[in-house]
Amino acid sequence: MAVEGTWEIITGNQAAAIAAKLARVKVVPAYPITPQTTIVEYIASFIESGHMDAEYIRVESEHSAMAAAIGASAAGVRAFTATASQGLLLMSEVLHWAAGSRLPIGMAVVNRAVGPPWNIHVDHQDAMSQRDTGWLQVYISSNQEVLDTILMMYKVAEHPDVLLPFMVCLDGFVLSHTYMPVNIPRQEDVDEFLPEYSPPHWKLDPENPITFGNLALPEEYQEMRWSMDLSMRRALDLIEDVAEEFFQKFGRYHGGVTWKYKVEDADYVVVTAGTMASEAEVAVDELREEGMRVGLLKVRAFRPFPHRDVAEVLQDRKGVIIIDRSIAFSSGGPIGIEVRSSLYNISGSPPVVNYVTGLGGRDVTYEDIVEMTKDGIGRITSDRLRRPYYWYKLKPEYEKIELSEEVRL
Amino acid sequence: MTLTIHDLRKESGSYLPGSAACPGCGATLAFRIASRVLGPNTVYVVPASCFSVIQSPFPKSAISAPLYNIAFPAAAATASGVYRAYKMLGRDVNVVVWAGDGGTVDIGIQALSGAAERGEDIIYVCYDNEAYMNTGIQRSGATPFRAWTKTTPTGKREMPKDMPMIVAAHRVPYVATASVGYPFDLANKFEKAKKIKGFRYIHIFSTCPPGWNSPVSKTAEVAKLAVDTYFWPLYEIENGKLRITVKPRKRPLKEFLELQDRFRGLSDEEIEELEKIVMEKWNFLLHLEKSERVF
Ligand SMILES: Cc1ncc(C[n+]2csc(CCOP(=O)(O)OP(=O)(O)O)c2C)c(N)n1
Ligand code: SF4
Repeated sequence: MAVEGTWEIITGNQAAAIAAKLARVKVVPAYPITPQTTIVEYIASFIESGHMDAEYIRVESEHSAMAAAIGASAAGVRAFTATASQGLLLMSEVLHWAAGSRLPIGMAVVNRAVGPPWNIHVDHQDAMSQRDTGWLQVYISSNQEVLDTILMMYKVAEHPDVLLPFMVCLDGFVLSHTYMPVNIPRQEDVDEFLPEYSPPHWKLDPENPITFGNLALPEEYQEMRWSMDLSMRRALDLIEDVAEEFFQKFGRYHGGVTWKYKVEDADYVVVTAGTMASEAEVAVDELREEGMRVGLLKVRAFRPFPHRDVAEVLQDRKGVIIIDRSIAFSSGGPIGIEVRSSLYNISGSPPVVNYVTGLGGRDVTYEDIVEMTKDGIGRITSDRLRRPYYWYKLKPEYEKIELSEEVRL
Repeated sequence: MTLTIHDLRKESGSYLPGSAACPGCGATLAFRIASRVLGPNTVYVVPASCFSVIQSPFPKSAISAPLYNIAFPAAAATASGVYRAYKMLGRDVNVVVWAGDGGTVDIGIQALSGAAERGEDIIYVCYDNEAYMNTGIQRSGATPFRAWTKTTPTGKREMPKDMPMIVAAHRVPYVATASVGYPFDLANKFEKAKKIKGFRYIHIFSTCPPGWNSPVSKTAEVAKLAVDTYFWPLYEIENGKLRITVKPRKRPLKEFLELQDRFRGLSDEEIEELEKIVMEKWNFLLHLEKSERVF
């Protein structure tokens, strides 16, 4: 379990590119979009300098990038691409197609706000709006976690019980362009952990011709969707197992479907994802110093959603504070919505306060998280939980409108 | 290889009995011949179109080659991915897109143009029934001037896109037009395309009896008349050099128009106008044939 490999100080995007190389992906179709672009630039340079043995397809759009990844995966090789924001949205049709074809394609999504107006900064709306495409989605808090998770997720996605594509979601600029020390595992160790992809289900092969994706009538279709849902649910345990296996081999653990920090004795638990979760760890320490027993539950897997874990950790607490970096218009934060559905039918389900904040790159510091947590605890203890969710860090003049009784919810 | 009628008859290629095509479907006739020439070492990528249905529904299939159905705008990109994967695996397989005119000249043109520009080693086939037939006969960018469809109930007012020339302008090594009315010409073009490396494009005129309201028994005849009236000239552009492959004695356009309902109700002047357009194109092709290079 000794930590082998080499240490480098690199960005989240470099970590993603290196992970693709270490995973020995064979086809990379790519189209540029900020803040993802440097991932595919690094991969292009790996390939052109002979350090990576793969085909690079400089496609003419993200729709084509995903379509080409689908073609490559259908022909039986490991495929990888990366995108963000509008690029991910343009892919939407083919994202469904990849998942429905049960192709374990890997993709780094560098989370960025969607337009209009144009905004290149972090926001989870892009990926969250693709929630129901059948892709596994994991949200990341550090550059090391980016690299390690891409390797782990190929193993999960390619497992015969899963066979679904995955997105590893990293916060735009906060991770993509920020340098951190990252341990780069040795190729031979990665090869042992992640063997070459060999499709266990189907592939395009003249020696064994099959027709894939032709019309399915109502008697057939529903079970196909059911099997995707089942695979998604099976992925929950597999993500845990693979994280454990990765820990045994490489000595690093970032959590499975969730990451828990000081939750054992917590009265209140903060729930969030991505880099806000790293900030939240600091906030938890701060709050504990002030005498409040607060813990953190980081949602790593958003799809599959870890309902059981969430319920187990949160039930019988005095309250839950959920912080989302995305808005489901008129319903709150996507994580807030999911967590409520985890808690609804269990006894001891605690009160929940959901904040929506940090959109379009608005900074969310640990002080903000301390403030939201205190505000949330205040609302819970004084029975001021009027709304299913609250906006946080609105400018004061907007805050007034938000708080007035005219705005019905 | 010179094909004879016996070759075309004795095997159905990758097209098996029991498909869900309409009687007299030109697209299936084209596939029978093409897949016969391409052989079993071929993978097909099919975007949304009649051909997604023609295969017949899951769990059956009327196609005996590996075939992957993909979303409407994505065929050429998907085929690019398939080809690149085989390249990595060291396998030599014909990767063929089999798409309708809508999936080619309209929604699929971006992916097609990208793959052509990159020189992907694939054969892109457009079977052109000159409308969106799968959704019930609406106009496409390939629908002829004056033709009736359900979204052009008084006849189309625009000229169709000249897709083979658009593709040729990408300077790809092989572009050809074909017609199911000239099966040997069609077969020979596939034979040729199969041997060439790089992006190859074959645009096939294929009769659609329900879409055109043409007689089911006259699929071949309608498609032959399209060529013989110069409505659909047969040519190929190999490495930039154009050659008209069939030069029939010109027959009056009316004979082609009369065998279908799409052009019903055209006045004599309108037919005259169409005849003029057809002759202009033919003369232009004759002119191009004399040039060293088209592009
Ligand atoms: C994005 C998208 N838009 C629309 C459709 C609906 N659609 C399916 S097939 C088709 C028409 C296909 O026309 P064409 O490519 O000419 O082939 P044909 O049906 O004539 O064989 C359309 C519009 C679709 N499947 N996807
Ligand atoms: S509608 Fe036309 S193209 Fe479609 S299957 Fe029927 S005959 Fe063939």
